[in-house]
Amino acid sequence: MSSRLLNKVGLFFAALVLVSPAILFFLWMISLSLKFEIDNGAYPPILIPEHFAWSNYAMVFQENDFLLYMWNSVLVTGTATLLALLIGVPAGYGIARLKAERSAVVIMIARMTPGLSYLIPLFLLFQWLGILGTLWPQIIIHLVVTVPIVVWVMIGYFETTPMELEEAANIDGASSWQVFRLVALPIAKPGIVVAFILSIIFSWNNFVFGVVLASRETRTLPVAVYNMLSYEQVSWGPLAAAALVVTLPVLVLTLFAQRQIVAGLTAGAVKGG
Amino acid sequence: MSAIAPERAGVTTQGIEGSQPVRLAPNYWPFVVPALVVVGAVIVFPWAFTLWMSVNSWTLGQSRSFAGMENYLRLATDPRFWESLWHTLTYTFLSVVGPMFLGTVAALIFDAKFPLRGLLRGVFVMPMMATPVAVALVWTMMFHPQLGVLNYLLSLVGIPAQEWIFNVNTVIPSLVAVETWQWTPLVMLIVLGGLASVPREPFESAEIDGANAWQQFRYLTLPMIAPFLMIAVIIRTIDALKSFDIIYAMTQGGPGTASETINIYLYNTAFSYYDMGYGSAMAVVFFIVIVALSFILLMLRQRSQWIDAEGR
Repeated sequence: MSSRLLNKVGLFFAALVLVSPAILFFLWMISLSLKFEIDNGAYPPILIPEHFAWSNYAMVFQENDFLLYMWNSVLVTGTATLLALLIGVPAGYGIARLKAERSAVVIMIARMTPGLSYLIPLFLLFQWLGILGTLWPQIIIHLVVTVPIVVWVMIGYFETTPMELEEAANIDGASSWQVFRLVALPIAKPGIVVAFILSIIFSWNNFVFGVVLASRETRTLPVAVYNMLSYEQVSWGPLAAAALVVTLPVLVLTLFAQRQIVAGLTAGAVKGG
Repeated sequence: MSAIAPERAGVTTQGIEGSQPVRLAPNYWPFVVPALVVVGAVIVFPWAFTLWMSVNSWTLGQSRSFAGMENYLRLATDPRFWESLWHTLTYTFLSVVGPMFLGTVAALIFDAKFPLRGLLRGVFVMPMMATPVAVALVWTMMFHPQLGVLNYLLSLVGIPAQEWIFNVNTVIPSLVAVETWQWTPLVMLIVLGGLASVPREPFESAEIDGANAWQQFRYLTLPMIAPFLMIAVIIRTIDALKSFDIIYAMTQGGPGTASETINIYLYNTAFSYYDMGYGSAMAVVFFIVIVALSFILLMLRQRSQWIDAEGR
């Protein structure tokens, strides 16, 4: 009995060691964002300063159009995710029921394709259409990220939901749209939540599309925080504060929806093979 | 959703007028069509266009002309391209090996039961969910040769200060450290999925036969999770080859071109020099490299399964 307890304590500490790089990194990130320039330049480094520099956060929102960029991020991520759910959930259902395993290969190829190779032709197309100054180019190209995630998660989910109910509804004369809408969809709610969360996170984090397609007014948060770097001499405090503001929504979402994310990624990744 | 309407009509008429009680299998294609259209628009069209562009000579703002294989020949003799290919392969190899080892160890630990497991696993997964650019900015500060916290930590254990991403020789390993920090959790999750599917019984009989922990891992666990390890290797390889955010935000391929991977060189060619034709040719070759490597790994996976099947 005591050896089993010892075992558990050992495992706990082993896990703690593994998690420590993540904990230390985020602690240091918070520390950087709350220190005045003097403290950030101190040697040896200071973890907890005497005076907290809350002004770093105020500076992020005052001296940059961070509220605008945040709104842009919300619009791009939100629209691209909703569109992806609208077309990706039925697609995942169809593919799962058709047992079209080859379509998984298509999604795999979508994953293999470097984002930049979409960007050259679509950049030229958007330029030709004259919509480069709007958010639409980014919304459209974010579908490259969101649609495969949603389809992927939903295939995995619909494969595990029982067929019996659907067959019964089918025999009762329901059309396949009705079967999907009234039988399959309600059961699939947890799967849709997973797809929704993962799609939001990876769209929110995307940088490469924005860096090419965004103009001054259409920047999303990752591009905005990167652009802060190129301003003359930026001090570390505000920069770290900006970085934290960008990634905080995603981290909070991760902590709250940890279980769903783990389930979705495990299933999704495994399907990828 | 109008694509569904004809299907609905079809099934109903079948149900009412069909003399046989046997129903047709429902038609699922209408569900897939909208996604196919979108995938076609944002994935297939760009590919066709890229292929066409790659046989043209076109710098934005200048006139376009057909160039045949010229861009590809230029690529073959471009030392900067070969250098970037070498950087890509080094970066990828290191970024697969590190996370695979650490991720597997982590999965073995998180598969067991211990206090606070759920919370710790949640924190462990956080790096891969964090915004890469934000992460890269903070790492850049930590790598700072004079003020960075990493050199201070090294000094505590008596290791001299490093130049990290600011030195030609250490830039790629430093970037790989960040990549490893961020993506080890994904490997952990995949392997954890594999461990969950491992049955209990063989271990119980092995225990009775007196096999120690290492023997159980080597001869039972490892073969059973091998397919999952292979999937993790493939996904990690693809992602590492494509890595952009971390490298671009931290070094932009520098110092000089010491950390310029194909993806970064491609970006510079297409969106700094606006050489669209040459950039497209590079995109095509880059994609071929990714597919070829993935294909080789898939073949290895198939072969290992085949050997596995033969062995039984």
